[in-house]
Amino acid sequence: MSVDLPTVKKIASLARIAMDDAEAAALLPELNNILGWVEQLGEVDVSGVEPMTAVIPNTLRLRDDVVDADPLTGGGVRDKILANAPEPQHGFFGVPKVIE
Amino acid sequence: MTDLTDLTVTEIRDGVADGSFSAREVAEGFNAAVAAAKPLNAFIVETPEKALAAADAVDAKRAKSEPLGLMGGVPIGMKDLFCTEGVQSTAASHILEGFVPQYESTVSAKLWAAGAGMLGKLNMDQFAMGSSNETSFFGNVISPWRRNDGGNTDLAPGGSSGGSSTAVSARIAPAATGTDTGGSIRQPAAFTGICGIKPTYGRCSRWGVVAFASSLDQAGPMARTVQDCAIMLEAMAGFDPKDATSLDNPVPHWEGALSGDLKGKRIGIPREYRMEGIDPEIDKSWEAGKAWLRDAGAEIVDISLPHTKYALPAYYIIAPAEASSNLARYDGVRYGLRDLPEGAGLQDMYAATRAAGFGPEVKRRIMIGTYVLSAGFYDAYYTQAQKVRTLIARDFGRAWGECDLILAPTAPSAAFGLGEKSDDPIAMYLNDVFAVPASLAGLPAMSVPAGLNGQGLPLGLQIIGKPLDEQSVLDAGLAIEQRAGFEARPGKWW
Repeated sequence: MSVDLPTVKKIASLARIAMDDAEAAALLPELNNILGWVEQLGEVDVSGVEPMTAVIPNTLRLRDDVVDADPLTGGGVRDKILANAPEPQHGFFGVPKVIE
Repeated sequence: MTDLTDLTVTEIRDGVADGSFSAREVAEGFNAAVAAAKPLNAFIVETPEKALAAADAVDAKRAKSEPLGLMGGVPIGMKDLFCTEGVQSTAASHILEGFVPQYESTVSAKLWAAGAGMLGKLNMDQFAMGSSNETSFFGNVISPWRRNDGGNTDLAPGGSSGGSSTAVSARIAPAATGTDTGGSIRQPAAFTGICGIKPTYGRCSRWGVVAFASSLDQAGPMARTVQDCAIMLEAMAGFDPKDATSLDNPVPHWEGALSGDLKGKRIGIPREYRMEGIDPEIDKSWEAGKAWLRDAGAEIVDISLPHTKYALPAYYIIAPAEASSNLARYDGVRYGLRDLPEGAGLQDMYAATRAAGFGPEVKRRIMIGTYVLSAGFYDAYYTQAQKVRTLIARDFGRAWGECDLILAPTAPSAAFGLGEKSDDPIAMYLNDVFAVPASLAGLPAMSVPAGLNGQGLPLGLQIIGKPLDEQSVLDAGLAIEQRAGFEARPGKWW
């Protein structure tokens, strides 16, 4: 399977990466080389094989059902969360206007 | 008195404990070595004050006869993939330039609690994507090694933990953290003549480590000796409820149980790793490895891992797929770079920020990942790759019926020159052909130096073990180390 220029531009748009025609054209042969190379996986007989979900058997744990069970991942740290924001405003993340 | 920067982790820990020198003297020695090694570009941020503060804390504990910790008095380099509170953490990317974490990663916090100090944040391939440390936004890391042809070609330190491998082999850090997604600890260790171990997936917490491919990412130590790796891995490992894939298993005292006696162990040699056109010098070092392990009492057996050739293509679907999802978080809203063109809306801001903030290799992988996860292609690429991954893990599972460990080369060649492979992504990916299968199966694997090739460059041997059996991996590493007698070090030119 190979991709064409409109497909490359569509992928870039899905990935939210701005890309002009020249950049997309430069990426086109690279992506096709890589996709052509991974194509060989199609020759493996995988009938009856389940896709891998976990390399080491593990169970999903539940944390204690209390507020701030772990203070490091709990709440009450608004200033820390905003500390690296490019445009913090009034205790929120500022973004360009989305509704006129 | 010997130069303190020539000492190993073990020697520093013991020397600080018995008062041969102070932790502060050690930190000052390494701080000076770091400051004098700018041409290597191993560090993105230097933190000499952190190294001194940690050393003073250890010296103060010693004065009060308190325990100094597993890494008491040992200054280390921290790969820039680990979030460090109050110190810029970028994953060597422009999009995270200026990001100052408000928290500490679990692994780095454990190391500081064990008495280690931070010399600085180590350069790496951007978002850990690369095998030569040529994708960093902050410039290439230069290997301290040179070919013995009298030339001065700059060589790759391997990647993605290239700052780590350079710092340790150049003696500007006695040890460093690395992370390994598809060989990023083992290949750079091999390229620079040092040791590095990727533990079983889940041994070290991923909390606070910038995510690349979450089902593969594992942290591990890089140092000059097997014993040093055992000590540092013990300090890094352990259950962490903040990482959903962290293993709730006790951390063994690997150093205490280290033994180079391999009587009763069977070492598997996978026939599929003997690839056509293999570098004869790599093959020779592999043969030497077999002889050393046999000498240590092990039995060498031939094994088969039939799906080996599909590991690398499967990896280059799975890892980019996970990366495209993980890196969706860089949107210019919550942290990191924001590029807001005049009059742009929210969607344009996302796209402009990501176009400006990601390097070419990162974009390439996000694009591949986005494509293989997109509607209509998901089953043909991603599901197929995950099924192949099951078969690769099953190959190893069957092999463990016939052997206890696997011996293979770490990388298909010695270090190459910077720029020699950067135009061909697939040629670059092939560097990890021997490393990726163990990653896909989540197995512990280590690289130890085996010797020098004809150009005077280090070659590494890789030992792969059963899940959670880091002890046997380290033991075989020790057996090789004791017999390889690897004493070579790069001449100082920087």
